[in-house]
Amino acid sequence: MFSSVYLDSPLGTESASLIVCNFACNLFASQQSEKGFLMDRRTFLKSVTAASIGAGLVPLARVLPASAASGKTAVIALGTTINSLDLHRKGTNRPSYQVAVNAYDRLVSFGTKTMPDGSLSYDSSAIEPDLAESWDVSEDGKTIVFHLRKDAVFSDGSPVTAEDVKWSLDRAVTLGGFPTTQMKAGLLGDPAQFEVIDDKTIKVTIPHESKLTIPDLAVPVPFIINSKVAKEHATTDDPWATEYLHRNTAGSGAYVVERWDPGQQLVYKRNDKWTSGPLPGVERVVMREIPSPSTRRALIEKGDVDMSFDMPSKDAKELKDAGKAEVVSTPVENCMFVVGCNLKFEPFQNVKVRQAVAYAIPYEDIFKTAAYSLGVPMWGGKNPAPDSIAWPQPFPYSTDLEKAKALLAEAGYADGFTVPFYISLDLVSWMEPAALLIQENLAKIGVKAPIEKIPGANWRTACLVEKRLEMHLEDFGGWLNYPDYYFYWAYLEGNLFNSSNYVNPEVQALVEETLHMPVDNPEYEPKIKRLIEIAFTDVPRIPLWQPALSSAMTKKVEGYEYWFHRQIDARTIGKA
Amino acid sequence: MFRSRVKLVLSRFVQAIPTLFGVIVVTFILTRALPGDPAVYFAGPAADAKSIEQVRVALGLDKSLPEQFVRYVGDLVTGDLGDSISTGQPVVSDIASRLPASLELTLFALIISLAIAIPLGILAATRPGTWVDHLCRLVVTAGVSLPVFFTGLALVYVFYYQLGISPAPLGRLDFVHFAPPAVTGFFVIDALLDTDLDTALAALSQLLLPAITLALFTLAPIARMTRAAMLQVLSSDFVRTARAAGLTRSRVLFTYAFRNALLPVITTLGMVFSFMLGANVLVEKVFAWPGIGSYAVEALVVSDYAAVQGFVLAMAVLFVTLNTLIDIAYTVIDPRVGLDG
Repeated sequence: MFSSVYLDSPLGTESASLIVCNFACNLFASQQSEKGFLMDRRTFLKSVTAASIGAGLVPLARVLPASAASGKTAVIALGTTINSLDLHRKGTNRPSYQVAVNAYDRLVSFGTKTMPDGSLSYDSSAIEPDLAESWDVSEDGKTIVFHLRKDAVFSDGSPVTAEDVKWSLDRAVTLGGFPTTQMKAGLLGDPAQFEVIDDKTIKVTIPHESKLTIPDLAVPVPFIINSKVAKEHATTDDPWATEYLHRNTAGSGAYVVERWDPGQQLVYKRNDKWTSGPLPGVERVVMREIPSPSTRRALIEKGDVDMSFDMPSKDAKELKDAGKAEVVSTPVENCMFVVGCNLKFEPFQNVKVRQAVAYAIPYEDIFKTAAYSLGVPMWGGKNPAPDSIAWPQPFPYSTDLEKAKALLAEAGYADGFTVPFYISLDLVSWMEPAALLIQENLAKIGVKAPIEKIPGANWRTACLVEKRLEMHLEDFGGWLNYPDYYFYWAYLEGNLFNSSNYVNPEVQALVEETLHMPVDNPEYEPKIKRLIEIAFTDVPRIPLWQPALSSAMTKKVEGYEYWFHRQIDARTIGKA
Repeated sequence: MFRSRVKLVLSRFVQAIPTLFGVIVVTFILTRALPGDPAVYFAGPAADAKSIEQVRVALGLDKSLPEQFVRYVGDLVTGDLGDSISTGQPVVSDIASRLPASLELTLFALIISLAIAIPLGILAATRPGTWVDHLCRLVVTAGVSLPVFFTGLALVYVFYYQLGISPAPLGRLDFVHFAPPAVTGFFVIDALLDTDLDTALAALSQLLLPAITLALFTLAPIARMTRAAMLQVLSSDFVRTARAAGLTRSRVLFTYAFRNALLPVITTLGMVFSFMLGANVLVEKVFAWPGIGSYAVEALVVSDYAAVQGFVLAMAVLFVTLNTLIDIAYTVIDPRVGLDG
């Protein structure tokens, strides 16, 4: 539904990795990898492997086929670890969601669009068939009947039935935790809402019409499991086969997990029975966990891996500039990095003080230093009121210290004040430079902002649950790409990502009206514009920039596509 | 002699039981005293109060501390260390896969380190003030002053990135080879046992750079200790007597001097070894080595109680074993070391 960027990145050694990264980046920067006299690693591997197999010395099972380094296998370096093959399990971390994407199908999926820079992105406005070939929505919008594709089979060859769909959706709303919360966003919370009509037809009932229900069935959570296989491994204590599905996949997706060495690698093998899309261009995908960002960078520069997924901005920028690899940076939809001004802190209750802070921030410098100019600026908007419902869009603020001082004086804080400024130790890579630059400028208008660092494991509790951080940085992004959805989580009283304790009855009313309203309703646009205008004026959250998800790949890789869930979608990956 | 050694080993382990129990209690309390709520963390960013509570119940954290402790000890007795939430695996299997990785790396590094440090230390001690002595001093200074991640990255940069003679730092094996059937957990040895020379070589080549990195780091204390111990022994009375008695130089050096100098070296070795096992997190990160150090650090940061406790316990057992081994080594090297003491 939403995510904190890097939330599940390997923790704790962040500062160490940073040092490592900074050092290595300098070390690896602008180096030529020409060395004609030495045998290329791949050639070497191939020759060794081929020779061994040819000589019949090595049983095949010990090594991947000789094609491992060829066009039939893609090797992708990840900085994060996969801790389960089952998204519904408690404690499954975000990087593991890719298994639900690659090894399972859903009822529906999103389309693909081409971005202005030529890269591919999912298209939140186009819902496309996945396992369901068509669906009928009733007049009142309260029932949706999905018709399953006749030829859809699981990787074991058995047909996908409505029974499997029901079992899987029941599981998603029953097991609790994040999946259940996510399902609720689409008004799905009770197994009684899913009704099997016949073998290939399933009816979904919702309490009232909502534009969120169908998109919510296209997120990774409601993936369809082979219930026959799962039930064979279910026990009375574990009716949903969580133990089995934690270690095995039983889906109809593009790949099956062939091998999983926790903490090291995950190997996908293509499922040739896949029917929900064109078969992937590679037979195997190896996800290799490489914790050190500088090692990942060296690997991709040398071409020993085909892709480094979700790179630090610094590496992405430098690789891009040096032209050593194809770097694709896609702005993360419905996401902004913001400065939160907590209204629990007295000076921030005055809107002028918040605006003063918004005018004091050195946006340009932060964007260059903390984001390496990757992403989209969220400052310098031309009009005080939005002229479109595009979201996120630049707020009408830019650095103007005189104006900031004047606003502070008007608010009665001409002499400034002191406010603690919190950042998360897990996210220091962007938070620290941003916070330091903001601190420096705030000092110029008389506001002292000592920076306090909070350990990653406590950050969420302090920032989002207790909402006690006076001034802080925050990185919420919504999975479902609607402005009202962002406002729902980040601007409504008591909601999780409203870390600023912002309360506004008008916003409350507007969000309630628009959250489930179809976007083509004529009332939708004016209401959203009003919401954005209020966000512009009140600035409980001051946007800095819209972050980007950057991945580097060799020139041979094709079909890389950005998805809102920010995990690798290996279904479209191919190698020339 | 043999009997008394068996007795020594047994008594050591019996003595270790209260220590281990203490370790269990202390880690149990310490992990829970850490700030941070694992239920909140593992429920994920979007979780509401209800799903956090569900996770708390699933983790057994809704019970009182004494009750959690009793359960934990009960599980321990049956060999169950619980499940790690961050890796999603039973802690026992995590440790079983990661400890050998660390051990293989550390032992290999120690062998390299010993092979260089001891001759270097002896040469430096026998020729004080010469170039060998200066070399020794240089190596020692460099070894302690270069941070391991720096050496690691520098080696990767030169041997992998620039020269291309070292394999990609991808962990224990590249993606072409699969892990050999587990016997010892040491990939090189297991592959050899499996008569799979190809995999053994692949594993060895992956092992080389991280091991050298660690070896450079551990060279320093061992070489320094060897040199100091040798200098001291060489100036002692019995060596002078041996020399006066006209024994050959090598006999004086190795049979009398070196054997006596070994005791402090062995002690240092034990300390270095146990320190390295848990402390080579940065080397593990740089080389994507799936070792126990990075496992523990990651578990600690997310308050993954079972994993942290499992790690500390495993390390404690290892320390006890190691110390016992060192004590036995003393008795072998120096008959004067009493078995009763």
